[in-house]
Amino acid sequence: MQKQAIFQSKLLPYALVAPQLAIVLIFFYWPALQAVIQSFLLQDAFGLSTSFVWFDNYLELLQDRAYFEAIVRTFFFSFAIAVSSLSFALLLAVMADKPLRGSMLYRTLLIWPYAVAPPVVGVLWIFMLHPSLGVLSRYLRVLGIDWNPLLDGDQAATLIILAAAWKQISYNFLFFLAGLQSIPRSVLEAAAIDGARPMRRFWTVTFPLLSPTIFFLLVVNIVYAFFDTFGIIDTMTRGGPGKSTETLVYKVYSDGLLGGNLGSSAAQSVILMIMVIVLTGIQFRFVERKVTY
Amino acid sequence: MANVTLRNVRKTYPGGFEAIKGIDVDVGDGQFCVLVGPSGCGKSTLLRMVAGLETVTGGEIDIGGRVVNQIEPADRDIAMVFQNYALYPHMSVYNNMAYGLRNRGMAEAEIKTRVGEAARVLELSAMLERKPRQLSGGQRQRVAMGRAIVRQPKVFLFDEPLSNLDAKLRIAMRVEIRRLQRRLNTTSIYVTHDQLEAMTLADILVVMNGGQVEQVGNPLAIYQKPATTFVASFIGAPPMNLMSTRPDEIKSQLGGSAGEAGILGIRPEDFVITDQTPAGGVALPLTVEAIERVGAETFVYGSRAQEDQRVAATPGELPPGEVIVRLPGTEAPAIGQQIRVAAVRQKLHLFSGDGRKRLEA
Repeated sequence: MQKQAIFQSKLLPYALVAPQLAIVLIFFYWPALQAVIQSFLLQDAFGLSTSFVWFDNYLELLQDRAYFEAIVRTFFFSFAIAVSSLSFALLLAVMADKPLRGSMLYRTLLIWPYAVAPPVVGVLWIFMLHPSLGVLSRYLRVLGIDWNPLLDGDQAATLIILAAAWKQISYNFLFFLAGLQSIPRSVLEAAAIDGARPMRRFWTVTFPLLSPTIFFLLVVNIVYAFFDTFGIIDTMTRGGPGKSTETLVYKVYSDGLLGGNLGSSAAQSVILMIMVIVLTGIQFRFVERKVTY
Repeated sequence: MANVTLRNVRKTYPGGFEAIKGIDVDVGDGQFCVLVGPSGCGKSTLLRMVAGLETVTGGEIDIGGRVVNQIEPADRDIAMVFQNYALYPHMSVYNNMAYGLRNRGMAEAEIKTRVGEAARVLELSAMLERKPRQLSGGQRQRVAMGRAIVRQPKVFLFDEPLSNLDAKLRIAMRVEIRRLQRRLNTTSIYVTHDQLEAMTLADILVVMNGGQVEQVGNPLAIYQKPATTFVASFIGAPPMNLMSTRPDEIKSQLGGSAGEAGILGIRPEDFVITDQTPAGGVALPLTVEAIERVGAETFVYGSRAQEDQRVAATPGELPPGEVIVRLPGTEAPAIGQQIRVAAVRQKLHLFSGDGRKRLEA
């Protein structure tokens, strides 16, 4: 089959991709290049002089205990967000997969939260769980829980994880639902005839057949937790209390824009960039391998 | 070892659509029952009801003396072979066959024996470690069979198991299924839309149409005495020629009750080219429109002359006025040639005007 489009003019195809290329170059590659250059530079406190310091910014980071803690924290956050969001989304998808009346309605409702912008998610959860304003906070205190995420780092972390996971549930739900619907009904029927009860059927047939979807979503969720939680963290805790919710991305922002250490901030973002390249690489390799079980 | 009895089985979907309109079938122990009919006739639905994959909205399904209407598929002691095989894609051939046994808590040693035996019978021993996607269509089909036989169920259910195979393999597997079923002597219900499969496999043939049974019986008996025009045109290939006849013809020539318009059926193979008209038989002058020479036989597609008053309607699959004649492969009339064919009285089938009833001569 002929898949190649044929253009009369040699310039036309270039003209057609030019706007997209321009956007990518100006908004992605240029800043990325700037970050790489910046990461080799050191500015004095007043921004009057700049010197080229090779890898000093990186070396300093690697020796920095706070940076190491941020890495551990970020991995923990990502893991917690991905696992909680994936498992809850899977549960919802399995229930929504059943042919029930009004399924279109609740499937649509379950997808809605994805349309909410991260900072709005943060604000929503603040209204529910702010120590003095929160609707739920009152009940938590009635239950005897000393709820104050503004002071308690662990509670702040829990709050961030909850909000971030909640936002991602819709996305995961959508993929899980599609994944579930692509499992041939007859395979599940065969399993039912083969004497597998619903729970066993789920763990021995449905779950393994969903594993490509699960892996794909795991990577997407980790990337999300790494980078897209910035808005939620910024509106809810600003990395605090202390540094208990400061992830790598937030640290880039606070060290660079708030702390004024542009060199270190740039080095951090370059490291993040490498991480994202690796994660995307894994994802691409994986997505290309269609059959995995 | 079990009988399967369907008593006035009905299926009405929530929307009000009646897929199965009261079916009675009795399949004896060890018998091979084939449900045949055009697509949408409800045969697959009926099979799925026996399997427990569809609810029964009326009547009773009885397997081995036990009404199973409310019993889960797993507890009906049946095994099913699906049209798309429905193998577990992430499991090896061995595990595909062992899965049902493991679910029932069978000892691993016994599982190994049974799977090994099934694999030997089905010539799958060399591929037990492979995944389904590494197998050809025919091999997958055999794995699906294996999964059914290792369980040693009371009843095998087949849902068009051969329709995804190419023609040659289909014939080979058809023979294999029949041989296997004879050897295991397990009651089987088999759904197909292919009348040739139906004829060759069945001990009892159930011809279905529009959610109802048109005729039940021995396949040859059905072929020789189809109960309705639907059965007449569905069973047998090419289909039986059907033409309407005038009431007086029925009375004078063919017997039957007076004053009733009828439909006359003649199978393509029952015609001979002749100038004579056999007593009580029928002769038709035809113009040859097309011929198909397939080697052993020649099919002649002829049109009847306009002045032939018998031509009124053709309820079967034939276009109005067309007649198919099967001749020996050595004969081949030229296109456009006028021929005269005739069938003897014993070979005529006569049906009521609506085609719903066979009239005995």
